[in-house]
Amino acid sequence: MGSEMIVVFPGTTSPDLARTLDLGGYRWKAVGDANEAQRIEPQEGWLGAIISCDEDPESAWAFARSIRKRDNPVNAVLLLISGAQLAELELRDELFDDFCLTPFHPRELEARLRHMFSLVSGAPRADLVENSGLVLNLETYQATFNGRPLDLTFMEYELLKFLAQNPGKVFTREMLLSRVWGYEYYGGARTVDVHVRRLRAKLGEEHANLIQTVRSVGYRFGQGRWGN
Amino acid sequence: MLDQHRDYVLRTVEERGVRLVRLWFTDVLGTLKSFAITPAELENALNDGMTFDGSSIDGYSRTEESDVLAIPDPNTFEVLPWVDPKTAEARVFCDIHNLDGTTFGGDPRQVLRRNLDAARADGFEFLIAPDIEYFYFEHPKKGEAPVPLDEGGFFDLTTTDVASSLRKETIRTLEVLGIPVEYSFHEDAPSQQEIDLRHTDALTMADSVMTFRMIVKEIAAMHNVHATFMPKPLEGVQGSGMHLHLSLFKDDANAFYSPDDPHMLSPIAKSFMAGLLHHAAEITAVTNQYVNSYKRLVPGFEAPVHVSWARNNRSGLIRVPIPKRGNPNATRIEYRSPDPACNPYLAFSVMLAAGMKGIREGYELPAEADANLFQMSDTELAKLGVTQLPQSLSDALKLMEKSELVAEALGEHIFDWFLRNKRREWMEYKTQVTPYEINRYLRSL
Repeated sequence: MGSEMIVVFPGTTSPDLARTLDLGGYRWKAVGDANEAQRIEPQEGWLGAIISCDEDPESAWAFARSIRKRDNPVNAVLLLISGAQLAELELRDELFDDFCLTPFHPRELEARLRHMFSLVSGAPRADLVENSGLVLNLETYQATFNGRPLDLTFMEYELLKFLAQNPGKVFTREMLLSRVWGYEYYGGARTVDVHVRRLRAKLGEEHANLIQTVRSVGYRFGQGRWGN
Repeated sequence: MLDQHRDYVLRTVEERGVRLVRLWFTDVLGTLKSFAITPAELENALNDGMTFDGSSIDGYSRTEESDVLAIPDPNTFEVLPWVDPKTAEARVFCDIHNLDGTTFGGDPRQVLRRNLDAARADGFEFLIAPDIEYFYFEHPKKGEAPVPLDEGGFFDLTTTDVASSLRKETIRTLEVLGIPVEYSFHEDAPSQQEIDLRHTDALTMADSVMTFRMIVKEIAAMHNVHATFMPKPLEGVQGSGMHLHLSLFKDDANAFYSPDDPHMLSPIAKSFMAGLLHHAAEITAVTNQYVNSYKRLVPGFEAPVHVSWARNNRSGLIRVPIPKRGNPNATRIEYRSPDPACNPYLAFSVMLAAGMKGIREGYELPAEADANLFQMSDTELAKLGVTQLPQSLSDALKLMEKSELVAEALGEHIFDWFLRNKRREWMEYKTQVTPYEINRYLRSL
C-alpha cells in the first residue's frame, strides 16, 4: 500500500484548504517546488497531490508536469482553479485527475478527494491494510495485531477494516451502520457501540484506544491530526 | 451479505488451521449442547445445516419425527481461545429447524428470535446487561456440603485470593471471545463472585450468557475448582442471582428515557415495568426454574420477594438505577428475580413478552414502594397492593399453567414440555425426606 501523505502546492497553504484537509483526516505537507516534493517524499511515494493554480498558474503547471512526468508519477492530482482559468485545462488532461473551482466548497473538495483517492487505491495493490501494528489481509480475511492473530467475527472484521482503511477520520454511528452493515441490519446504531466495545476487548485493554470515541459524534481509528 | 459471511467463516477455518468446529445449541432447560464437525463438512453445514437425532436432547423429543436440522449462525463463529492453536477449534451457535426447513418449536434460540421479531415489528430493539453471580467451591465430593475457597466478603481484596485470579483469567477469556465485562468483584458471600457484562441486543446476550457459564466452569475446572450457578448453594448466606438491566431502543434513541419526567422514565418505560410487574408471578417458573431457585427468593438476602418497584431500594423486584451523568442511553430498569441457572433465551422471551404486553395495552404503573418491604406487615402490604412472587416451584408452575402470555411467548411445544418436566421435578422433591426433617422431627416426635 502507498503512503497516506498528500503533497500540497504551493508552500503557503490557504487556511480554508488546510482546514478542509485536517477535518477530512488527511495527512499532508506543503511544498514550494518539485525539488522539495522529491526531497521530502515518503518512501512509499505520495498518496496524491493538490495544486492551487490561482496564485501563480505558471509554476503550478510546472509543478504538475514534473510530478506527473517523472519515473514514479503521482497518480492522483487535483487542481484548485478559478473559473476564469478554465480554458487553461485544455490539452493538459494528462496532468491532472480532477479539479475543483475556487473558491471551493469544503464539502465538495472533500467528496472529490475521497472519490479520487478511492479510484487510485482501487487500482491493483497488495491486499493489506496496515496501521498502528494492525495488519488486515483482505485476501484471506485474517487480522493480526502486533503479530498476534485476532479472532474476529465477520462484522467485527468488516468494521475494523473500514475504520483502519480510513484512519484519523471521525465517523458517526449512522455512517458506520450504513457503510459497514448496509442498513439491512436492524440492530440500530447501538449495534455499532456493541461491536466497537467487542473490538476493543479483543485488541486488549492497553490498545483499546486504537478505536477512539469522539464524544457525541462517533468513532475514529488512530490519532486525530490534533493529537486528541 | 450472507454469502460473504459464510465465505469469511470458511476462510478463517482454513487460515487458522481449525481442526474441529463445535456446533452449539441449547436444550429447553438451558444446558449447552454441542457436537463437532470437521472443516470439510462445514461448508455443507453452513448451506444446508446438519441433521441430528433430537430425541436425546431435553425438550426436543416429539412423537412424529426425531431428526432435526442444526443451521449454524455465521454471526456467532469464534475461534476458541483456550484450545492449543496447533489444533484450533471454533464454535458457532445454531438455530434448530425441522427437516422441512420450518423453525423447530423446541429450540429456545428460535423462541427468543420470534419474541424479538414481535417487538421489532413495533419498532423496539431489546437490550440487556446481566449481573451474574456464582460461587467457587473446592471440587465437590458426592453427598458432601460445598466448601468455599475463602471467607471473603463484598469487594474484599485479599492477596491469597485464588478466586480472584480465576476471575481474572475468566474475564480475559471472555474479552477475547468478544464478551466485554463491565465490572467484576467478590460478592457478599464466601467464595461468591459477580461479573457484570456490558449490554448487547438480547439474542447476542443470551448466546453470551451460555458462553459465559461454559467459560466460568471450564476455567475453574482447569484449576481443579468447581464453579456453580446453583441459585442457593449455601444456607444462611445470599444466593446467586442474575439481575437483568433492561432497556428498549426505538429509532436509535432510548425509549425508556424521557427528559420531562422527574425520574427520567418515559411512558413506555412505565408501561413496560407495569407489564413486568403484572405478569411477574406467572413468568417466575421460567426465570427461576428449579426447586432450589425458591430457596433464594426469601427475605433477608437481597433477593426480591415482593412484586414492587423502587428507585433505590434493593428489596423490590424492579429497581430503577440512577444513570451515570444523566446519560439518556443509560436509562434502564433492573429486573432482580432471575437466577443464573435459568435458560436465558426463555427468560428473556417471557420478560419481553410481559413488558411488551404492558406497552401494547397501556398498563398503569403502580406506586413506587420505597420503604423496606421486609419490615412491613401483610396488612400494610395488602393496603399498598403489593403481592408476592411464588414461594415454590409448585406455586410458580400453577401460575404459569394458567398464563396465556407464557404459553404464547414460549410456544406450545416448550410450554407443554416445560410444565411436564418441572412437575416431575417437583414430585421428586416432594417425596424426599430431608436432613432438616430428620434433625427436627426424628427424636422429638
